[in-house]
Amino acid sequence: MSYLEIRGVNKRFGGLQALDDVNLSVEAGTIHAIIGPNGAGKSTLLNTFVGKLTPDSGTVTFDGQSLLGIKPHEINQVGVARVFQTPEIFSELSVLDNVIIPCLAKRDGSFKLNGLSLLSRQADIREKAEQMLIDVNMQDKRNMTASSLSRGDKRRLEMAMCLSQDPKLLLLDEPTAGMARADTNNTIDLLAEIQEKRKITKVVIEHDMHVVFSLAQKISVLAQGHVIVEDKPENIKGHPKVKEAYLGGTS
Amino acid sequence: MKHLTKNDRLLFIFFTIMVLAGPIILAPFGAGYPDLLQRFAIFGLFAVGFNILFGMTGYLSFGHAAFLGVGSYSAVWMFKLLTMNVIPALFLSVVISGLFALLIGFVSLRRSGIYFSILTLAFAQMSYNLAYSVLTPITNGETGLQLNLSDPRILDAANTTGSIPSTNLFGLTMNSTAKFELLGLVFQFNVGFYFCALILIAGFYIAMRIARSPFGLMLLAIKTNQTRLNYTGVNTRPYTLAAFVISGMYAGLAGGLMAITDPLAGAERMQWTASGEVVLMTILGGVGTLLGPVLGAGFIKYFENIFSKINDSVLESWFSFLPEGLSDAMVFVLHFFVGKGWHLTLGLLFMLVVIFLPGGLMEGGTRLYNAFRSKDTKSSKDEPKAAE
Amino acid sequence: MDAILLQILNGLDKGSAYALIALGLTLIFGTLGVVNFAHGALFMIGAFCAVTLQKVFNLYSVVIDPTKTDFLGNPLKVKVPYVETWFGEMAGQAIINWSVPLAILVAIPVMVTIGYVMERGLIKHFYKRPHADQILVTFGLAIVLQEIIKAFYGANPIPTPAPDVFKGSFDFGVLIGFDENSIIYPYWRLIYFVFSALVIGLVFAFLQFTTFGMVVRAGMADRETVGLLGINIDRRFTLMFGIAAAVAGLAGVMYTPINPPNYHMGMDFLVLSFVVVVVGGMGSLPGAVLAGFLLGVLESFASMNEVKTLLPGIDQIIIYLVAIAILLTRPRGLMGRAGVMED
Repeated sequence: MSYLEIRGVNKRFGGLQALDDVNLSVEAGTIHAIIGPNGAGKSTLLNTFVGKLTPDSGTVTFDGQSLLGIKPHEINQVGVARVFQTPEIFSELSVLDNVIIPCLAKRDGSFKLNGLSLLSRQADIREKAEQMLIDVNMQDKRNMTASSLSRGDKRRLEMAMCLSQDPKLLLLDEPTAGMARADTNNTIDLLAEIQEKRKITKVVIEHDMHVVFSLAQKISVLAQGHVIVEDKPENIKGHPKVKEAYLGGTS
Repeated sequence: MKHLTKNDRLLFIFFTIMVLAGPIILAPFGAGYPDLLQRFAIFGLFAVGFNILFGMTGYLSFGHAAFLGVGSYSAVWMFKLLTMNVIPALFLSVVISGLFALLIGFVSLRRSGIYFSILTLAFAQMSYNLAYSVLTPITNGETGLQLNLSDPRILDAANTTGSIPSTNLFGLTMNSTAKFELLGLVFQFNVGFYFCALILIAGFYIAMRIARSPFGLMLLAIKTNQTRLNYTGVNTRPYTLAAFVISGMYAGLAGGLMAITDPLAGAERMQWTASGEVVLMTILGGVGTLLGPVLGAGFIKYFENIFSKINDSVLESWFSFLPEGLSDAMVFVLHFFVGKGWHLTLGLLFMLVVIFLPGGLMEGGTRLYNAFRSKDTKSSKDEPKAAE
Repeated sequence: MDAILLQILNGLDKGSAYALIALGLTLIFGTLGVVNFAHGALFMIGAFCAVTLQKVFNLYSVVIDPTKTDFLGNPLKVKVPYVETWFGEMAGQAIINWSVPLAILVAIPVMVTIGYVMERGLIKHFYKRPHADQILVTFGLAIVLQEIIKAFYGANPIPTPAPDVFKGSFDFGVLIGFDENSIIYPYWRLIYFVFSALVIGLVFAFLQFTTFGMVVRAGMADRETVGLLGINIDRRFTLMFGIAAAVAGLAGVMYTPINPPNYHMGMDFLVLSFVVVVVGGMGSLPGAVLAGFLLGVLESFASMNEVKTLLPGIDQIIIYLVAIAILLTRPRGLMGRAGVMED
């Protein structure tokens, strides 16, 4: 059973206690949402999972292995994939190439010097990538340059890139940030669909409540650097502490 | 289009034919003589290799001339010590420049962007300064490294001719040329050129394979989005280092070929203006395209040759039909751009290409092609891209 | 001790030139985000302002001097510079003699204009292009500028002497209590250092104490936000480019008596100045100045005979070695800020 375990994580930036003794455990196969008002420390917390920030104290382990102080590509090789706030894709390459790259990385590891083998002869990779595009309903856009996709499609493509590696854990950093309502709903549908097909553990950082309540099995509410509540969505909705955090934070 | 091999094969066959027929095709343009043809092939190879780094990964090296110089020195030393046969010389050129590139790349690639450019520039300037000063025993300083009658050449038979032997491939001397005259044109088929041409074709083929390989796709991904590639589980540094070393080896090979066609090596080959020249060739032809760098190299070497030969009296004869004052004015203005002023033209060309045609000649060609075929733009847009 | 001091002094003049060029490079980079490979050419053009002025002052008319005769008894034709005709012999000769310092007055408007034209005509269009394109287009411009100078002035260095009063050297050691003749220092080098320090001081004061400077500094820290405040930042940045060009030009003007200028002096200094900027920390003005002097002095130490016998050739490469070492251990340079030019 793979899961993400965060124990006693602290992080200070000068006078600001960004993370204050954060404890979290994400169960395998679930969608776990981390919500909170702006400045609650959501992004800081995410950055500790992906090797961008080392906390002052505490541990982050995934499947029994520490994620602290290792490089992004190593984190991926452990089985953690990441979706960014603004989709990070290979915008100058074709949609198909965008998916082929993660497939190659999955097969060949972090480095392989295969400069003389022809990509066109590697049917396995190609098939896998094409299948992935069919799964996310983008097969008709396979030859388009990724930069010419709509924002929603870019998000979809990024998701496909992550999924093509069969990650054990998928980190989603505000996957619907800045999206129109229709795009947001599409993304929710996509995530729900993925969850149905592949039971990948997901951690979603989000401030859009609609997204969170439609998807998550468990929600942690972060405010001023600590987890104030951790519970099922239905219990979070009317929780007085959550109301206070949000209303207090916005007023 | 990246995975189509049929177009690639056509491109490769076309390229091979054009290169091998070079002496015939270029003769009417006054460029059919061995010295210039050899330079086309050598600088074409240099630019093809440079493009593997700059065109594919986007890392702009300003120090590639250092590898060219190292390649030349290695080859000349092989001629001096071992044999005038070109094979060991080229072998050493590639190995030494590869090792040198590994060292410089290992350090420089720890940074990217402008820092990388400056680091490579610093390394190249350092090599250049060293070649002129402390390393004089190896490089022979300002005079340049030359062949001597007294060189050991332990593998060659004793030299009884009293003159310095010429470079050869198992007895086939590089400077031998067969001449034919037809329709008032002289066609010269030179062994040295064909040797360089074959290596250029091989180098082009390898570059093409790299561009179509998983490795090549990773290099393109590095250029496009390193963050995503890292989070995709790819360690980008070995990829960039491999690309750097490969392009350094190409440069070393080109340097070795320079020594084969003219067995001497000087430090000025390593100067950063020389590095700038290969950047220009690549850009002028079309960064990231297969054919572009070769075109760019040919274009620059051809016009360098033409322009530097034009002097004031040639200009005067051109404009003699104009009234005297006007012709004098024309000569006065153009005088700055020709002969010794070639570098001014080169600099202007550099700027014009970067400003107006960042995609180089290949993009210019595509635009023209599209203009002619504006009716079905969609299909024509794809075709020249096959060369990417 | 005196030997060490002598080397420090010897390094100051080159260090000053590095610092001034690097300062301009950093200003341009910090404000406009452009990597200017043509900055060395601006230094060179400054030097040629001095050369040109000297040539202009030496333009002469031929007059017949009735008081003198040549060996055949004919009246002697003498060349009289126009400045002597106009201002009298004494003043005219003084003007010719002081052509280098006077060139400062010419260089400032010339360089600001060149900088302004360069920014409006060329660099402006490259703000949104990749850094590689900026490097390439300014590299092309540098070639063009130096080839133009070469076409007009030839390839050979042109001697441009300092005013007579500043020729020669003085015993600096005695002034500060060392033995006689232990530290002999040329006047002009001292002047160059003082002049550079002055220019650097002026630039910093300007940035520190004027509203203009404050906006520029804010812009260097965060261009977008300042743009949102409704300040026409581009205009100010254009002028900043002019100032940076003038700083490089002044460095060039005053450098001419130390080394006769030639057309490729800009390129020679540019490579080293870039290294200086990187060592100092991209985007840090104090870093650029500090690193400029530091590397100049270091280079001077490396050219001591004792050091050279121990490590042959070290004087040729010391700056590069230091730069490489610094980039590897402190990637942001001595005083660089986080997030500048980091991918």
